[in-house]
Amino acid sequence: MSETPIDSSKRTWLIASGCAGAVGGVATAVPFVSTFQPSEKAKAAGAAVEVDISGLKTGEKVTVEWRGKPVWIIKRSPEQLAALPGLDSQLADPKSERKPSELTPEYARNENRSIKPEILVAVGICTHLGCSPSDKFVPGAQPSLPDDWKGGFLCPCHGSTFDMAGRVFKNKPAPDNLEVPPHMYLSETRLLIGEDKKA
Amino acid sequence: MKKIILTLIASFGLALGAHAAEGGIAWDKAPVRTNDAASLQNGAKIFVNYCLSCHSAAFMRYNRLKDIGLTDQQIKDNLLFTTDKVGETMKATIDPRQAKDWFGANPPDLTVIARSRAGHNGTGADYLYTFLRTFYRDDTKATGWNNLAFPSVGMPHALWQLQGERRPVFEEHESHGHKTQVFKGWEQLTPGTMSPLQYDETVGDLVNYLQWMGEPAQNTRVRVGVWVLIFLGVFTVIAWRLNAAFWKDVR
Amino acid sequence: MAYREFKDISPNASAGAKVTNWFENRFPTAFDAYRVHMSEYYAPKNFNFWYIFGSLALLVLVIQIVTGIFLVMHYKPDAAKAFESVEYIMRDVPWGWLIRYMHSTGASAFFVVVYLHMFRGLLYGSYRKPRELVWIFGCAIFLALMAEAFMGYLLPWGQMSYWGAQVIVNLFAAIPFVGPDLALLIRGDYVVGDATLNRFFSFHVIAVPLVLLGLVVAHLLALHDVGSNNPDGIEIKGPNAPKDEHGHPLDGIPFHPYYTVHDIFGVCVFLFIFSAVVFFAPEFGGYFLEYNNFIPADPLKTPAHIAPVWYFTPFYSMLRAITSEMMYALIACVVLAAGFGVVKGRLPNFIKVAIAVVAAGAVALMLSIDAKFWGVVVMGGAVIILFFLPWLDHSPVKSIRYRPGWHKYLYGIFVINFVVLAYLGVQPPSPIGERVSQVGTLFYFGFFLLMPWWSRLGEPKPVPDRVTFAAH
Repeated sequence: MSETPIDSSKRTWLIASGCAGAVGGVATAVPFVSTFQPSEKAKAAGAAVEVDISGLKTGEKVTVEWRGKPVWIIKRSPEQLAALPGLDSQLADPKSERKPSELTPEYARNENRSIKPEILVAVGICTHLGCSPSDKFVPGAQPSLPDDWKGGFLCPCHGSTFDMAGRVFKNKPAPDNLEVPPHMYLSETRLLIGEDKKA
Repeated sequence: MKKIILTLIASFGLALGAHAAEGGIAWDKAPVRTNDAASLQNGAKIFVNYCLSCHSAAFMRYNRLKDIGLTDQQIKDNLLFTTDKVGETMKATIDPRQAKDWFGANPPDLTVIARSRAGHNGTGADYLYTFLRTFYRDDTKATGWNNLAFPSVGMPHALWQLQGERRPVFEEHESHGHKTQVFKGWEQLTPGTMSPLQYDETVGDLVNYLQWMGEPAQNTRVRVGVWVLIFLGVFTVIAWRLNAAFWKDVR
Repeated sequence: MAYREFKDISPNASAGAKVTNWFENRFPTAFDAYRVHMSEYYAPKNFNFWYIFGSLALLVLVIQIVTGIFLVMHYKPDAAKAFESVEYIMRDVPWGWLIRYMHSTGASAFFVVVYLHMFRGLLYGSYRKPRELVWIFGCAIFLALMAEAFMGYLLPWGQMSYWGAQVIVNLFAAIPFVGPDLALLIRGDYVVGDATLNRFFSFHVIAVPLVLLGLVVAHLLALHDVGSNNPDGIEIKGPNAPKDEHGHPLDGIPFHPYYTVHDIFGVCVFLFIFSAVVFFAPEFGGYFLEYNNFIPADPLKTPAHIAPVWYFTPFYSMLRAITSEMMYALIACVVLAAGFGVVKGRLPNFIKVAIAVVAAGAVALMLSIDAKFWGVVVMGGAVIILFFLPWLDHSPVKSIRYRPGWHKYLYGIFVINFVVLAYLGVQPPSPIGERVSQVGTLFYFGFFLLMPWWSRLGEPKPVPDRVTFAAH
């Protein structure tokens, strides 16, 4: 009986079953695969963080946690800001043109990589292999830093250096500038990290 | 002459037997309508204002209230008292050890209370609807309150300001040679800010909310279910014809 | 070449045929298996409604494994977190509520399907020679399934979970001498606790499912070795059974495509009912998801009314029926049975002496050990006795269709009795309930233990040579 050629009624219903089965299969798979998505608990834990920067002094850095990552908020001095354009030739990506959607939101695609010129908001994770770079705000010669160091960050793991706008220097292990996370100012002193549109 | 003013509440069939059913009276039917967003929102408001100080709903996130038509901003403005993030869960502010001291037991978490209280007498919502409407003044109790659906409950009447203070009136009946107390009605001692009808409606909203909170996915569940059954119905017909197409060959 | 001969294929063959040929040369087992078990497995053509439940049981096993895999991604097997993690699945995990309900409904569906599957065996004598081992593997599956369900039920860590486990583990403590130590060993602690939860989790997720899968494979292979039974109880592959020119049984049809297509229809009907429950009544009146289990486990407070889940209640009734009063009835049964064997049996004398001695010993034990222990023995015995069914049934005909008409009523009463015992197991104990379950327990055991006698009574109807089949 397995040699009987498939007749037309069998073929019709086989095709119908096949189609309906495929639809049913996909419809069943969707909820199962969806359970992989971040749960409400994960989303709540990853919710935006509000920071009060009214007490932030010039030269000071504050670190907050957002989605498990350290986010730095630094109030830069006018001297530090003035030094930034002069460094362009030493940087791998001075205009933050690489991976803009991942690393530098539109409102941070400027010389200072920030909304307010003096306040830098950056994720404190080296773009090489994930260590957290150390503060090296004092200018001048220091171990592992060039003689004309203007201030920035040095990653202790493999020696990558970043300037006071989080931009990576050339010929260092890290390929990219530090990530600027989505953020917005709710007021002059309230900074919201994690969101950049009105809820 | 008795100076008792009998305010007989024409309850929705509050039929009370002489014997307590499983320790309490028979339950009224709760007017549950989990698709009524306005009722659910009112219930959420009552819950957050009257219940959440002592009872947590630790598995319920504030932002789930979006399912009943509220926006994050509305939740933040009206319902967020103990935290500032809408993604947080509803935790009570009371210290559990103090609660145990004052009430004799830690007030239970209410997230799935409507699912846990179902029984022979009705659904969990029926129990809660009856429970929240049968508190009465009882000076022999530490809190000054007792309850017909849960005799000697440790909880005071959280909604007393709305319902006022009442006492049940019993009448003695004889049946089969013994005397039994039969509930006749309520005696209003002090008035509440709501009329009995308003109070019943408010409790109905609160119970509706508790029913919904027990399983927030319930409305989605039913909606999806309709489509699933329609699809399976069609597929069963196809499978039936497929089967017939093959079996017609079998002699 | 050091490997076996390959089958050649023409260079003009299609790409698909060539790929198939490549695999067939290197993995002929798979292709042979398909032929032996599907396209050339000839099953009787007269299968009826009762024959869908085996396939459905396999489907439910797959559903439980797949939903289980996804649940384990989010469930936390820790006494402090388990209950919360289940609510997390119900609320915070996208579509988690659906996976959970499928798993809880699947557990009950498994027992519905398996009970009906076993009843088919009873009706048509599917356990008779040469299928005794298929039946025994099946009974082992039933035991493993009960263990799996029992351990799975602890995982949500609700009040019923906790106290149900506490009660059942304490049953083991009733065993004389080793009991209390055994219970301690099972629990891993003095009361059911985190240690118990973790080991039950391991058993429920890995150990017992592997055992179940192995047993199911054995069950199916053993079945295919001897061939399926059918509602008429006729052997379609016997030496006298008619065959066609290819040697295939005239009363058989290849499983694939006829029964694959038939089973698809049966599966659709099942999934319709299953989905109706999952989407519209997942609690099923408190029978599939018990109300008390929405209260987190409290070791200090037992709920007013504990009962096991509905699928265990027939056996639970039997456990509760064994009171110290009932022991006298059981002792009387033992004495009667022994007396019968000694007086009426045509056995050598030394066997009769042995019977009398064993009976005396049994009576002594029954008088000295607590009824509580014998309750456990009876409950266990009610499941173990099923293993012996092939040797208890002495009827000259296999299928109920050709048994004396009154056998049908006896089977009917057996079913009603089982359902009544199930119902009583859910209710709180009562004096009437106790009496009825005692009678029910005696009937249940009588049905099996006296089967060698009653199955031979009455005039069977003539069994036809060919299966009863009407063209569709």
